[in-house]
Amino acid sequence: MSQKRLYELVYIVSPDATELAITELHTQVESIVTRLNGEMVKTENWGRRRLAYRIGKHREGTYVLEVFNGTGELTKELDRRLKVTDSVIRHLLVRVDEDLKVAERTRARRQADADQRAAKGLPPLGQGRRHTGDDAGDDDRNDRAEV
Amino acid sequence: MADERRSGSSSGPKGRGGSRGGEKGGPRRSMFRRRKVCKFCTDKIDHIDYKDVKMLQPFIPERAKIIPRRISGVCAMHQRKLQTAIKRARLLALLPYVTD
Repeated sequence: MSQKRLYELVYIVSPDATELAITELHTQVESIVTRLNGEMVKTENWGRRRLAYRIGKHREGTYVLEVFNGTGELTKELDRRLKVTDSVIRHLLVRVDEDLKVAERTRARRQADADQRAAKGLPPLGQGRRHTGDDAGDDDRNDRAEV
Repeated sequence: MADERRSGSSSGPKGRGGSRGGEKGGPRRSMFRRRKVCKFCTDKIDHIDYKDVKMLQPFIPERAKIIPRRISGVCAMHQRKLQTAIKRARLLALLPYVTD
């Protein structure tokens, strides 16, 4: 049994596509996700944006972001479908749960460290900044020496 | 501290051979080095998102090449994450591969 994971999908729809076509595409994605036992988490339409470079003959496109839970088979199917869809000029499907977990863990660790420092009665970390201040002072003095 | 200042002032008259030998070592070079700190560590950004173009843009100046961490001062862990984020953003045409 394959595990459920969190994925993020961004696809760029050709600028010629109508609003209707875009919503239709979205429902298509949604139906694939639900058909393969996934669940939608979030959808975002970023609207029309300029592309940083030309893709084919296009200079702009409509970006759509979809976040969903699902299995590896689901991503394979989605990838395949998006590849053959002509109105989608580019898409990116990445797994995000692992990255978010790591980010969450580091945040928790930092919080724990801060709490520990507070419990010991130490001030919150700030030496780093003071040190750079010293460095700047050094630079000033050296500049004067140069002149 | 006093040593440093002396070496700084002695670097003025460059003609003398004796002082040049001393310059080649540490003190002359360390003069202009500024302490660099990782932007992501100080701002406490744990997750570098490829969708956040504003955050990535400072790391790809004019020619859109990723700046090395020896210049930007980003720590190794964050440079790795930054790298994947920039490459993903490039694929989605959020950032350019090259500009001229």
